[in-house]
Amino acid sequence: MVSIRSVPSTPSSLTPNDLPWIIKHNENRCTLCGRCTSVCPVGAIKLNYMRKRMPRIVLSSSERGSSYKTFVGIRQRTDPAHRCIGCGTCSMVCPNEAIAPAPNANDDRFRFHTNQKGEPAKRGGRRNVPGASLLDRMIFNRISMLTDPALDAGRHEFQLNTLLGRVLPPEEYLRRKMSGEWIPPTREIFPFIIGSMSFGALSPNMWLGLLQGVAYCNEVLGIPVVMATGEGGCPPWVLKSPFLKYIILQIASGYFGWDEIIRAIPDMQCEPAAIEIKYGQGAKPGDGGLLMWFKVSKLIARLRGVPEGVDLPSPPDHQTLYSIEESVMKMIQSMSMAWDFKVPVYPKISGSTSAKAVLNNLVRNPYASGLLIDGVDGGTGAAYNVSMDAMGHPIASNVRECYLDLCAQGKQNEIPLFAAGGVGKNGNITQNGLALIMLGASGVHIGKYIMQAAAGCLGSERNRCNVCNIGLCPKGITSQNPKLYRRLDPDQVAERVAETFMSIRTEMKKILAPLGRSQSLPIGMSDAMGIEDKDVADKLKIQYVC
Amino acid sequence: MCRLALKTANEPFSPFDVLQAMEAMQEGYDGSGLGLLLRGMEFADFKYETKNPILSGIAHTEKALHRLNTFMQDKGFDLKYDHEFDIDAASIEAKDRHKYFLRVYKLPASWSSFNEEQVESELMMTRLALRRDGESNDNDLTVFSFWPDVAMIKEVGWPLGVGEALGLDAGRIKSRICMAQGRQNTNWGINLYACHPFFIQGIGTMTNGENTAFIPIRDWLTGTHFPGYIGYQSDSEVFAHILHYVIKQLKLPLEAYKHVITPLKTEELIEHPQGEFLRGLRDVCRRLIIDGPNCVMASLPDETSMLVMDAKKLRPATIGGKPGEWAMASEMCGVDAMIPDRDRSLDFMPMREHTIIVPPDRQEFQIWSQFDQFPLPQAA
Repeated sequence: MVSIRSVPSTPSSLTPNDLPWIIKHNENRCTLCGRCTSVCPVGAIKLNYMRKRMPRIVLSSSERGSSYKTFVGIRQRTDPAHRCIGCGTCSMVCPNEAIAPAPNANDDRFRFHTNQKGEPAKRGGRRNVPGASLLDRMIFNRISMLTDPALDAGRHEFQLNTLLGRVLPPEEYLRRKMSGEWIPPTREIFPFIIGSMSFGALSPNMWLGLLQGVAYCNEVLGIPVVMATGEGGCPPWVLKSPFLKYIILQIASGYFGWDEIIRAIPDMQCEPAAIEIKYGQGAKPGDGGLLMWFKVSKLIARLRGVPEGVDLPSPPDHQTLYSIEESVMKMIQSMSMAWDFKVPVYPKISGSTSAKAVLNNLVRNPYASGLLIDGVDGGTGAAYNVSMDAMGHPIASNVRECYLDLCAQGKQNEIPLFAAGGVGKNGNITQNGLALIMLGASGVHIGKYIMQAAAGCLGSERNRCNVCNIGLCPKGITSQNPKLYRRLDPDQVAERVAETFMSIRTEMKKILAPLGRSQSLPIGMSDAMGIEDKDVADKLKIQYVC
Repeated sequence: MCRLALKTANEPFSPFDVLQAMEAMQEGYDGSGLGLLLRGMEFADFKYETKNPILSGIAHTEKALHRLNTFMQDKGFDLKYDHEFDIDAASIEAKDRHKYFLRVYKLPASWSSFNEEQVESELMMTRLALRRDGESNDNDLTVFSFWPDVAMIKEVGWPLGVGEALGLDAGRIKSRICMAQGRQNTNWGINLYACHPFFIQGIGTMTNGENTAFIPIRDWLTGTHFPGYIGYQSDSEVFAHILHYVIKQLKLPLEAYKHVITPLKTEELIEHPQGEFLRGLRDVCRRLIIDGPNCVMASLPDETSMLVMDAKKLRPATIGGKPGEWAMASEMCGVDAMIPDRDRSLDFMPMREHTIIVPPDRQEFQIWSQFDQFPLPQAA
């Protein structure tokens, strides 16, 4: 049967009401300056010439009844490729508050049409599950009421740092010290670590801002913050700079950027903070890294040793290796050897029910320096929507089980566990981080939070923005296009990084002082926490409170 | 709040001297109990040989006492002396105290081939076996210590009242060291095992304050699977076990204890002559770092006494005395009560970095600072 072409209704025809975000445009206030349409990263709005009929009653038969008028107006496009992403850049540039996106209160129909041309939805961001996370619901209830004086968050000294690196059993440390043997390297760092975001995923200005901020925290504020590079290397000037000591270099299955790193070793002024071997990440477990062609600029191509403008999907596994055991052993050893066994080397894995098996493997590896577990709420620059939303393991129980497993073996001081994935998802960064630390983590990695706090990332769990993958970041955080990333001033990012970590430090004291803790980070202090959910309390072996 | 008093003297004295110090410090506690550790024993009606172990505890029922007798006989212990307390039962708050025992045993003949370490281990295992026996029989048997030259008494009530009710004022028991703590651990419900001082293989400690890092420390000590690291009815029990771990397992000098429980900060260690070693020690013993306000007093098998405080000196203490006789207390009035005829200008209130050590000769006390060179050859 032939369809009626005159009615514009195809299977994927949508109206603004079918989209997740609807543009609210006030024609009365609009000056038709066109800033919104030129700035919209996805071209969701257009400034169009349109025609309207001007009906007129005419009695004479020699005249036409209606005339037509041409006018200029702003309209929302409704095809899936140009749907509004809700970033709100239009309202940011509007001189007259005439335009803004509003979330669609109805269930959108767009979600059924995000697979045009057979390609499933891909995006950046993290799992689209809004609302309070499990970590947000934990409270610290062991207030030190027994002893007086209590600690004073404003006046007392607090030891807030953690250790990254393999720690020997005390007996073994003394034995090795007596006989002059190798002692594994450790780093004393701030327990909130800027998690792996690659030079490639982030814009050069964002990366520079982060590094400047981290250097300021270390050298001026005395907060030993470190940041991880993610896969894709590091600019050569950084590798040869004294700032390398604040950087955790990541190696992942694509080995991108490692030519530059290896070549720079003879010229390095200091050692990197650590080496992270990525086996998996929370946002897309079982997937390799993905840098889409939009973002492979000349600079990125040079750093990674690839042609410009090609997709760079890393394989899901380290193809030269057969199993995680072999992988862990060979890669950790090779990486340790590259820096004379003076740099901690640790793997990063996705949160998983098999995390304990990996951990036990590491416990037996004398060179393994820690384990980073990235939970289901972890973020990414690019992944399939289904991987982000449906794959992975929540971090809280994963890290808790691993910690209790270490306790049973008496090894909890030897292999530090680091947790990631949704820390500070709703802004409660210090509370979330310390909750994980009290469950047994030695520290937490934060990625999305730092983008939101330090650079104003607009992404949310209601699928706002989340276009990091296509290089159109309206804030210039995850774009390689100079027109976009020049919107971001590295100095301002650095300032925000410093402000963020100063505030985390103060909040840590405000939590630790009432708990009576100031001499060491309260790793595994599970008696300090409670949750108003019996099942969770039982699972995590913390108190149920009501 | 707890109050602490420790007296050490070359001439044995009655524990009642120390109880009078507890009375002087009475404003500081709630009279919920008394714990005593006596070391360097002298009995009025028995000539004690210091190599024989003394079993201290309470049999709450006739049946428990009978089981205890059978157990010790079966193990081959020969009962040499059974101290009979002159008890005024009416003055004792608890009513299930069938018999307080302080018994001297001779080691089984079969142990004669054991080396010192084996004997120490067996003594601890015997104490633990008796403790387990009591716990599996409705807590009808409580055992505080089983060790040569050490006796322990723990009871609920006002310290001086408990001392009088047990007849400690009669001078039938004397010792060269007496440690007293004046409060039951009411934090966790009254349990005699939660009462200070705590004891393991000859090492005794007592504390006032609160160890807020208790759970991570307990988890770590439990993970070592050393049989004696059990109990933990009180958050302060870990102080005794950490001291035991440092001295007996790591075989480090007494000064290391302070570096383990309250290590110096990184910037201080960078300046320290053995900073690198101590930083490593801090890292490997990180789970033993204590927290919260605490003053720790300890005594060791060789009759050394020690006093340290937390890293912020949130619980102060004073030491004073004269050659041959020293007293430490959490309150200066406690020192006054124990040794009134001393030169008070020589009293010392240690600071956060200090470890006070009274060596067995008791001629003078040593003030050792964490910033000083650490007395360990390998660290040099």
